[in-house]
Amino acid sequence: MREYFDKELTQLNDNLIEMGGLVEQAIKNTMKMIVDGEDLLDTAREHESRINEAEKAIQNQCLRLLLHQAPVAHDLRYVSAALKMITDLERIGDQAIDIAEMSVYIKDKKQVFNLTHISEMADNASKMVTEAIDAFVKSDIELAKKVSRQDDIVDELFNRSKNETVELIHKNKELGSEALDIVMIAKYLERIADHAVNVAEWVAFSITGSCDLSD
Amino acid sequence: MDKFTIENMNLYYGKFHALKDVNIRMKKNRITAFIGPSGCGKSTLLKSLNRMNDLVEGCKITGDIRLDNEDIYGDMDVNILRKRVGMVFQKANPFPMSIYDNIAFGPRTHGIKNKCELDQIVEESLRDAAIWDELKDRLKKSALGLSGGQQQRLCIARALAVKPEVLLMDEATSALDPISTGKIEELCLKLKNDYTIVMVTHNMQQALRISDETAFFLLGEMVECNSTDAIFSNPQDKRTEEYITGRFG
Repeated sequence: MREYFDKELTQLNDNLIEMGGLVEQAIKNTMKMIVDGEDLLDTAREHESRINEAEKAIQNQCLRLLLHQAPVAHDLRYVSAALKMITDLERIGDQAIDIAEMSVYIKDKKQVFNLTHISEMADNASKMVTEAIDAFVKSDIELAKKVSRQDDIVDELFNRSKNETVELIHKNKELGSEALDIVMIAKYLERIADHAVNVAEWVAFSITGSCDLSD
Repeated sequence: MDKFTIENMNLYYGKFHALKDVNIRMKKNRITAFIGPSGCGKSTLLKSLNRMNDLVEGCKITGDIRLDNEDIYGDMDVNILRKRVGMVFQKANPFPMSIYDNIAFGPRTHGIKNKCELDQIVEESLRDAAIWDELKDRLKKSALGLSGGQQQRLCIARALAVKPEVLLMDEATSALDPISTGKIEELCLKLKNDYTIVMVTHNMQQALRISDETAFFLLGEMVECNSTDAIFSNPQDKRTEEYITGRFG
């Protein structure tokens, strides 16, 4: 019946998957910089730029669909959710580049810090982003709820990382500046996980009409 | 507060079962929109609200239709019912007489002969229909010379002249341009302070813009009735979703 509109919605889906993929790559890239010490700042900047472009393109596509197709019911919720989600994905992109730029300052001192928790946080946050996008694409409310539950793990890791870093500052005051960078990196990762939960909430809105992810 | 209450209503045109076990309430001073594909029974239900279907041969109605809790198919005088429940049709149908006489026709039929009183009713009705300023200097001219949009607003004014409580609108803007449609939609929003409006529309954006409640009909069945926002953002029945998103059939 609405063949053209359905094609456009499929295209929107594909574009969101692509943007989600870029965001995942951006997070993984920053972790290679921090944990493995690789010099990938240019790649990180390119990721950020592509994420910003993807946001603009999807935003225009959503506005065009709202204007031309006047969607209602699930179609309206789907397009509105997409429009909101890309703001969160774009913020994740910003936080990834912030982490990448900070990693340069701690590069020489990273042996001193225990980055296990940071690495775990990055793995979890990246997985949450992937699953939130998957939940949207597959209209899977259970997967969206799982993303929300995982946020507690990242919060816990953030607290551990913060406490360990504070202890380290007590022991070695000369590392204060780098320690602050480590805490900020952990905070950015914690925020990335929050944005993934926001995406999951928009998935719930798209499916049920409510952002509620409680069981 | 409910203005109309319909319970277990069935309507037959001869052997054809046109409305099936309809239950719906229409609130006072609200705009209720009936939507659904052609032949679903929405206009049939609208016409039942002021017994226009009495004129259709072989039409049989069972169940309850109550106006202010009074059975309209019971002892109620049908002329009184139609004074209380006015109707505006898809095609504007001004009488071939002056603008003034079009408006005064109803009140005169109901026994008002005093010129001053009629003048006042004509002015009030045309003002209520937001067309007084356009027509005040040409009241003695033929109504047939008006544009389509003006004719339709004249018909609304004519319906208002007998001081109804409910206004039924059967696709009242479907033949009008967007400007005239916009004027009538604005008018409906103003009129609902004093009247209860029930409208049939094929224009779902119109239902969205002005109605408070929407009922979706399909094959003689009332599938779903809820606040317009709920129907268009999160319908509960798959058939409603398919219809309003254009994936029906």
